Amino acid sequence: MTVSRHAVSRLGLALASFLLIPTALATAPDAQRQAQLEHLLVQDCGSCHGLRMTGGLGPAITRAALAGKSRDSLIATITHGRPGTAMPGWNALLDEQDIIWLVELLLEGYPKP
Amino acid sequence: MTRSLMLLAAAGMLCACAQQPLRGTGDLGVVVERASGSLQLIESSTMTSLGRIEGLGDLSHASVVFSRDQRFAYVFGRDGGLTKVDLLRQRIDKRVIQGGNSIGGAISQDGSLIAVGNYEPGGVKVFDADTLEQVADIPATPMPDGSRNSRVVGVTDVPGQRFIYSLFDTGETWLLDFSDGRPPQITRFENIGNQPYDALLTPEGRYYIAGLFGEDGMAKMDLWHPERGVERILDGYGRGQQKLPVYKMPHLEGWTVAGNQTFVPAIGQHRVLVMDSENWQQTDAIDVAGQPIFVMARPDARQIWVNFAHPDNGKVQVIDSETHQIIATLEPGPAVLHMEFTARGDQLWLSVRDGGEIQVWDPYTLKLLERLPAESPSGIFFSSRAHETGL
Repeated sequence: MTVSRHAVSRLGLALASFLLIPTALATAPDAQRQAQLEHLLVQDCGSCHGLRMTGGLGPAITRAALAGKSRDSLIATITHGRPGTAMPGWNALLDEQDIIWLVELLLEGYPKP
Repeated sequence: MTRSLMLLAAAGMLCACAQQPLRGTGDLGVVVERASGSLQLIESSTMTSLGRIEGLGDLSHASVVFSRDQRFAYVFGRDGGLTKVDLLRQRIDKRVIQGGNSIGGAISQDGSLIAVGNYEPGGVKVFDADTLEQVADIPATPMPDGSRNSRVVGVTDVPGQRFIYSLFDTGETWLLDFSDGRPPQITRFENIGNQPYDALLTPEGRYYIAGLFGEDGMAKMDLWHPERGVERILDGYGRGQQKLPVYKMPHLEGWTVAGNQTFVPAIGQHRVLVMDSENWQQTDAIDVAGQPIFVMARPDARQIWVNFAHPDNGKVQVIDSETHQIIATLEPGPAVLHMEFTARGDQLWLSVRDGGEIQVWDPYTLKLLERLPAESPSGIFFSSRAHETGL
């Protein structure tokens, strides 16, 4: 079950990367978009993961909690959600560059100490 | 020495009394300012803010119950903080950190006990309402891999000195009975459904209904007859429909029971479901502007107000409870998080998080009456909740 789900999300990611080639070539989000994304992270991701990313209905996504998780799997999780959990896929609202930017922000640690 | 200190303290209290005129607290309420960890004290009679109380910790997803004398608000914070706030003195009376990660709580029928539901450590803790001393600790069912306990949702007070709640991860409902003192008698109901996410109690306290995230349906218990167990209602309401992503969990607390009809949010569908409150059969599904979060009846039950998850959270829709037509689609501002009616329904207060304000609406004329600045406001709670079972 876990293996097949993993495979599905991998496939989904590959497919998304393929479909999003034009976006993937685009530059990183500009300052205004970054501010919007940070707001979304705190307020909307925060409604399940906590305003301080320490967890809630969703797990903690602090730097320590994400240590050892691969960047790609985090991108896949945000893009497609996690079936069987409350985590939705965000690809209807966020493009690939947005998601990559968020993953990098989280891996660096958010909120910043 | 002691006596002179007491005299000094007494003199101080006299001064405080002299400065503060006598007043009631029945028209007071609090607004959670979630980012700054503060509460605003509001007064519905004048539609004003009376002050701010700070130092309440992480208030993402905070909820509030009131003491029966309506003087104290008990605030359940995400960081496990349980804070007792004195509305008259406008300050924190007591505060304990009782868990790592909490979701909400309830006050017992007699007002003597506060129950808090925790995600981490998964379970319920119960406190003396006066002193905030812990009187019971009831861990939830461990996960199959033993890594942690199930997370608790929908903690609700039930008549007869009882509390009821559900376990998100293991699909159970637990009933705690404090009527014979402590420790409580615990009754477990298993296999109620997949991933209960929140619950409501009908206004008289008879039916407990848990919403299920993991499947289309709800789990209903008749608390006049707990021995009959849990019954599934609205089974398969979304059958055949593509589920839409749910960017925010809906809430069920609140008066969604309007006369002989009960209005609830569908999960993963942009619809409000209507049930007959006698036989609990679905009677309608109303198309709305987004994934509903709060579905709340005006206290006279003539209208249903609905707000929505991101990205439709700038809208509020008003439904006619008789015809099920959408009467109005309002756009109060960016990110409407919560709505609260005054007890008799002459005002509706709503929080506009990203607009940084609270708004007061006349729910009869649908006119905006007042706007008050607030820091990322979320939940709004009036002290009238003190006398409502299950809120």
